[in-house]
Amino acid sequence: MLIGIPKESLRGETRVAATPDTVGKLIKLGFEVQIQSNAGAEASFDDAAYAAAGAKVVKGREVWNSSEIIFKVNAPNDDEVGYLKEGQTLVSFIRPAQHPDLVAKLNEKKVNVLAMDMVPRISRAQALDALSSTANISGYRAVVEAAHCFGRFFTGQVTAAGKVPPAKVLVIGAGVAGLAAIGAAHSLGAVVRAFDTRLEVADQIKSMGGEFLKLDFKQEDGSSSDGYAKVMSDEFIKAEMELFAKQAKEVDIIITTAAIPGKPAPRLITKEMVESMKSGSVIVDLASATGGNCELTVEGKITTTANGVKIIGYSDLAARLPAQSSQLYGTNLVNLAKLLCKNKDGQINIDFEDVVLRNMTVTKDGEVTFPPPKISVSAAPAAKPAAAPQQKVEQRQVSKKLKVSCVAALVIAFALIGLFAPEKFLPHFTVFVLACVCGYYVVWNVTHSLHTPLMSVTNAISGIIVVGAVLQISSGSSIIISIFAFIGVLIASINIFGGFAVTRRMLAMFRKQ
Amino acid sequence: MILGPIHMAYILAALLFILALAGLSKQETAKLGCLSGMVGMTIALLATFAQVESAVGFILIIIAMAVGAGIGIYVARKVAMTQMPEMIACLHSFVGLAAVLVGYNSFLELGGVAPETITIPINATADEIAALLESAGAAAAGAATGMTVGELNTHLVEIFLGVFIGAVTFTGSIVAYGKLNGTYKLRVFKSQPLMIPGGHWLNLGALIVSLFLMIWFMASETPSVAPLIIMTLIAFAFGVHLVAAIGGADMPVVISMLNSYSGWAAAASGFMLSNDLLIVTGALVGSSGAILSYIMCRAMNRSFISVIAGGFGNEGAAASGDEEMGEYRELKCPEVAELLKNSSSVIIAPGYGMAVAQAQNAVAQMTEKLQARGVQVRFAIHPVAGRLPGHMNVLLAEAKVPYDIVFEMDEINDDFENTDTVLVIGANDTVNPAALENPNSPIAGMPVLEVWKARNVVVFKRSMNTGYAGVQNPLFFKENTAMCFGDAKKSVEEIVANL
Repeated sequence: MLIGIPKESLRGETRVAATPDTVGKLIKLGFEVQIQSNAGAEASFDDAAYAAAGAKVVKGREVWNSSEIIFKVNAPNDDEVGYLKEGQTLVSFIRPAQHPDLVAKLNEKKVNVLAMDMVPRISRAQALDALSSTANISGYRAVVEAAHCFGRFFTGQVTAAGKVPPAKVLVIGAGVAGLAAIGAAHSLGAVVRAFDTRLEVADQIKSMGGEFLKLDFKQEDGSSSDGYAKVMSDEFIKAEMELFAKQAKEVDIIITTAAIPGKPAPRLITKEMVESMKSGSVIVDLASATGGNCELTVEGKITTTANGVKIIGYSDLAARLPAQSSQLYGTNLVNLAKLLCKNKDGQINIDFEDVVLRNMTVTKDGEVTFPPPKISVSAAPAAKPAAAPQQKVEQRQVSKKLKVSCVAALVIAFALIGLFAPEKFLPHFTVFVLACVCGYYVVWNVTHSLHTPLMSVTNAISGIIVVGAVLQISSGSSIIISIFAFIGVLIASINIFGGFAVTRRMLAMFRKQ
Repeated sequence: MILGPIHMAYILAALLFILALAGLSKQETAKLGCLSGMVGMTIALLATFAQVESAVGFILIIIAMAVGAGIGIYVARKVAMTQMPEMIACLHSFVGLAAVLVGYNSFLELGGVAPETITIPINATADEIAALLESAGAAAAGAATGMTVGELNTHLVEIFLGVFIGAVTFTGSIVAYGKLNGTYKLRVFKSQPLMIPGGHWLNLGALIVSLFLMIWFMASETPSVAPLIIMTLIAFAFGVHLVAAIGGADMPVVISMLNSYSGWAAAASGFMLSNDLLIVTGALVGSSGAILSYIMCRAMNRSFISVIAGGFGNEGAAASGDEEMGEYRELKCPEVAELLKNSSSVIIAPGYGMAVAQAQNAVAQMTEKLQARGVQVRFAIHPVAGRLPGHMNVLLAEAKVPYDIVFEMDEINDDFENTDTVLVIGANDTVNPAALENPNSPIAGMPVLEVWKARNVVVFKRSMNTGYAGVQNPLFFKENTAMCFGDAKKSVEEIVANL
């Protein structure tokens, strides 16, 4: 089938849905590719490179007319919807929840539409998750933009000209963009702190080099089953705001990435907080497209407040790295093509049995299929144990039975001892049971490296049996007893002396560096 | 009048023993722990000496102890660290034998037999001795009148159990010793498990017969020695069979299990003699051995019962031995040295092969050289590496490798990903990815050192033969793995020369 790559019509858009590299991969899958002339110009890919990779370069609207599949970055505008024909398949960002009218129009045209922003967050679909790959770029670029506007070093230095403190960066929201920002800022040398309502990301933050700011609050976990953050309670937000107000006074750079899918971005940085910041500080608001996390953000612009704080409100951070963005987005599309075309014969099949494709499909054969049935991200990990061999389950049951029967045996044994054992026996038995428990607790935490010395010491100690033999030797009632006892004393002594000596020898070897 | 102080001395000794075990759980306190064990033992012995009444007895004790101490200390000084497992097994057998002897003695003492009633001719046969013992036992009835029936029966059960556990420990340890030593030709001493058809039923039968013998032992009017002797013989055979059926790779579990048994034997003797010190010590040793066995089993992801029942890997050996795994890559020592020079972090995963080749000193030298070059060197020890719990640690300590660069599996398993080079020296099953990847493997589910996650892995091995579990190791055929064939000691020495 023929895939068409039109030039993006949105003003300021620099990206393109395929690079020469991904074109080559699509052709390998059995597709033919045609590309509108100059489509990749803004991303530094010229027509010759596409042609060399095997794509046909066509002029103007030709690409819309003859292609069976259209790969795009942005949702089509009204003109482009007009170009589409029945039976064509369109793949691009759609945001169907925010643009129901667009979905209706596309459906009227009987176009099959796959929305790249509807990729479910399950492990298998990560390879085509364009939101993640875009967010990654935005996070990186946010730090670069901040560094550009920030009048100081990020890293601390001690120079002949004086000491430079490291920049302090606060990242709010540790999604893909947030983590990328943490990593980039950390590798530039800044001290990075990060906050997120989902407690589970604390380790991820640490792994990127950030410090997780834990809220002083009866913890409420903000994670939800679809992998995104949910809206938090009022008290939580209040505590959160207090934390931000405190941090705003300390940090030099704030990067906000908090977004809740399908809703306006939460207001996290108030006017007062901005006013409390040091002059020269920078705020980068990655949520500016959906209203901004900061009260003073202006979409698409850098503004400077009266107290000298710069607020960067670019909503096109990913488009500011056009070559990189195009490459990653193009690869996402290639991975989608692999999913659509399992036989590598250039034919696509939008298979609704596949949850990934089902979730992404907005319209198909003249029917609106949005919203898709809900799939839970946590279903993926939950399915794993079920797949584990049944044998294990059985084993566990057996061991449970074993435990029960052990306890039963113990109870019976205790009852028997209680009923039949003479009184003289019981104090000894008490001592015995207590010593067993004591041994258990004493030995349980032993370091692995000391197992051998422990064993030889217990060996030496169990030579205490010599006491029995010694007492018997002296009773002297018969020669046999004496002989037996003599041998007993002899070999038990080997144990005692040998055991202790060898333990000491071993312990003397262990040394610390 | 003297009983009070003696009792207190025993309590003190028991406390010191507990302190000894507690001290042994950390490197910092280990030496102190050993010392407190020795002090405890001294106190216990002195208190016991105080109860000795006859001068002859005292002299005998001194002689026996002097001889025993001489042998013990001599052996302890001479034994090579690679032979620790054998030495420990050997010592266990002594405790077992002593328990058997003490058990027989306390049975004989029941009779309160006068010295003149028993004289054993020098050329006496075993039967005659048995007969003499029986007559001694017969005389016991009179002396036992001091006890109630219940007390007598309890006492007999104690003796019976003490002898049984002691006998099993004795022969079991001897077989373990033979297996670990590996130089004896006898079949039971071979490292492969000895599988007698219906072996499990045999074991069960032995236990049931022993139970009946105990009932006979208690039921007879005058306590008779015959069931005790028969039971002892059965227990001896039982001990041999029990350990012979377990493969060499499971020896860490067996050793700690025998350690546990020797403790229970001592505890049983304590019951016979109504001696609380013996009971406490025996119980301490018994439970500590049991815990060690449990830790070892957990490290192999196998149930204690399946180890004790024996026969590990005998199904897998034939099945996967011939399996074609693909091509492996070979590196010569100078190339390995080059690889190490270019690495910034190295982890060494030693196994039993290092002990066999006595390579620990060469490895320590290599470690020093690499550290001098600024390479981070660490050791990763699998809990069941070697033939004794903690065997590798002792060997490395002997070679003066500081213990703070030696890590347990759980501590270091996550770090392999960020490591440039892993050297696997004489380890096989403990680094086998099949344990995690192949659910049909006989070692499936066993936690292993995930060495294959490192950028480069070099495996030192004598040949492409399989390990104890008899399972082929896919690690050797991974792309980032190279084999370095030859004796581990010589190979490592050559690498040291090339560094």
